[in-house]
Amino acid sequence: MKNWLNPRSTAGIALISVALVALPFVAASGGQAWVRILDFAILYVFLALGLNIVVGFAGLLDLGYIAFYAVGAYAWALLASPHFGLHWPVWAILPIGAGLACVAGVLLGSPTLKLRGDYLAIVTLGFGEIVRIFMNNLNAPVNITNGPQGITLIDPVAFGAFRLSGNSQFFGLTLSGPQKYYFLLVALAIVVIVINLRLQHSRIGRAWQAIREDEIAAKAVGIDTRNIKLLAFAMGASFGGIAGGIFAAMQGFVSPESFSLIESVMVLAMVVLGGMGHIPGVILGAVLLSILPEALRYGVGPLQTALFGKQLVDPESLRMLVFGLALVLVMRFRPAGLWPSPERRRELQETAR
Amino acid sequence: MSEVLLQADAVAKHFGGVRALRDVTLSIRRGEIYGLIGPNGAGKTTFFNCLTGLYVPDGGGFTFCGAPLVADAPQKAAARGIARTFQNIRLFGNMSALENVMVGRHVRTRAGVFGAMLRTAATRAEEAAIRQRAMELLHYVDIAERADDLAKNLSYGDQRRLEIARALATEPQLLCLDEPAAGMNATETAELRELIAGIRADGTTVLLIEHDVKLVMGLCDRVAVLDYGALVIEDVPAVVQKDQRVIEAYLGA
Repeated sequence: MKNWLNPRSTAGIALISVALVALPFVAASGGQAWVRILDFAILYVFLALGLNIVVGFAGLLDLGYIAFYAVGAYAWALLASPHFGLHWPVWAILPIGAGLACVAGVLLGSPTLKLRGDYLAIVTLGFGEIVRIFMNNLNAPVNITNGPQGITLIDPVAFGAFRLSGNSQFFGLTLSGPQKYYFLLVALAIVVIVINLRLQHSRIGRAWQAIREDEIAAKAVGIDTRNIKLLAFAMGASFGGIAGGIFAAMQGFVSPESFSLIESVMVLAMVVLGGMGHIPGVILGAVLLSILPEALRYGVGPLQTALFGKQLVDPESLRMLVFGLALVLVMRFRPAGLWPSPERRRELQETAR
Repeated sequence: MSEVLLQADAVAKHFGGVRALRDVTLSIRRGEIYGLIGPNGAGKTTFFNCLTGLYVPDGGGFTFCGAPLVADAPQKAAARGIARTFQNIRLFGNMSALENVMVGRHVRTRAGVFGAMLRTAATRAEEAAIRQRAMELLHYVDIAERADDLAKNLSYGDQRRLEIARALATEPQLLCLDEPAAGMNATETAELRELIAGIRADGTTVLLIEHDVKLVMGLCDRVAVLDYGALVIEDVPAVVQKDQRVIEAYLGA
């Protein structure tokens, strides 16, 4: 890696900070929609790093991760909207959302501890669907989630009187809602990056890696694999819950539709495509996979008009085609991910030989 | 006579109709090197697996350090002070040699998630101690210069040594080695013999499964012979070697 980009050098940190601060203003020149896309990219970074703990560190294939995101989102939606007439503050709801998601993580984790690989994937997939279907149907006999209509008019994130929605003035600078959320999300993402980095090189992180490598040997050296795996589920789920809360506040609306299987698959694809277990890789994967579809959405239509003078293919379907093709190509030519950890790259090269 | 460290009492294990262990009773004294030999399929590794919690015995039980060993899970056996290596080496292949040994310190250290996230002074101190102890152990088994290599890239002999270092990192009272000399040449076996003798001299009791009769008879204080899951004899090597049943079942004429 080039030295000036190295996040450990002062110049690297300065450069990355300047870029992070400038980004929402650059994006705003293309319209607030682009700032919102940026917000989602960072939200996905957060989500992907949460899932990275489960999949990348502990090696547990989780296809239902979005369920925890849903739990966090609904926790926020129910506690800060006219639906129940509750308007709790952020510092109360976010921990509650994280806590509930954490409990859900343990609930999912405990019965699946003995499963690995494909079997675990199927059970977690089922779990994700169960949560979504619950959200969809918990509108009768007692209306809790308002069913498929979802919950509207959700409160934005607010610190006292300072709300993150709408414009506000800072030193003569006007910040839009999405721009303010951007800075909140960046701060949260930095926290989750630091936590990921610290966990990776800790006693717990090594235990996760040991379980991933050889579970029997890990037990034989005295690792309580049950608790350590549950811990991975619980931590990943908590981060999912926090991300879900921010998502609900940012959108102002949640419905079960946002938490379908494809969302779980997308987040997993970010982790795998970027480079499982390697934090910079996961960040890259999340940013690429959340921005690329949007870029295609805005780019494909005009491009066709420019080339052929008319729309040959519906931009929406072409978008998924290109997206799928990109995934296949990456997995074919860079099976360890776009930016894998040095060890993982070596490992795959050796197997290929 | 010195104190008994491990007492196996009528340990039985069967898989379907196969009786892999038939009421095996034996005792290992503190500070000795105890050999467990027998033909293939005699139940040696099954005995190991029962002792280290991978299998739950169907009958009988163990007393370790004077208290019953309820090892229904391997991590409990490790916590009590029983460490093992595997017949087919089981290292964490994509972790460095040093990290492998550091994982071995897990059971004797405490740092949790919050310590790691906040990187508290206690956590940092413990982490430094783990690293230092792991490095010492790599020196002890003489592979310190390979500390940063991935475990799977070590030579066969070094992998065996690394597995022993990882087991020693759990501070065992009883170290169980499952065929540590398998596949080694004469020089490597001689070095291994020195290492095991050194481990005993430093105060760890060793239980050794081995097919290399010369190694077992030369190194062990006492030897037990298993055949068809049953104990044939438990005695000093000189007696075992002359026992007619052992010669028939295992050693050959």
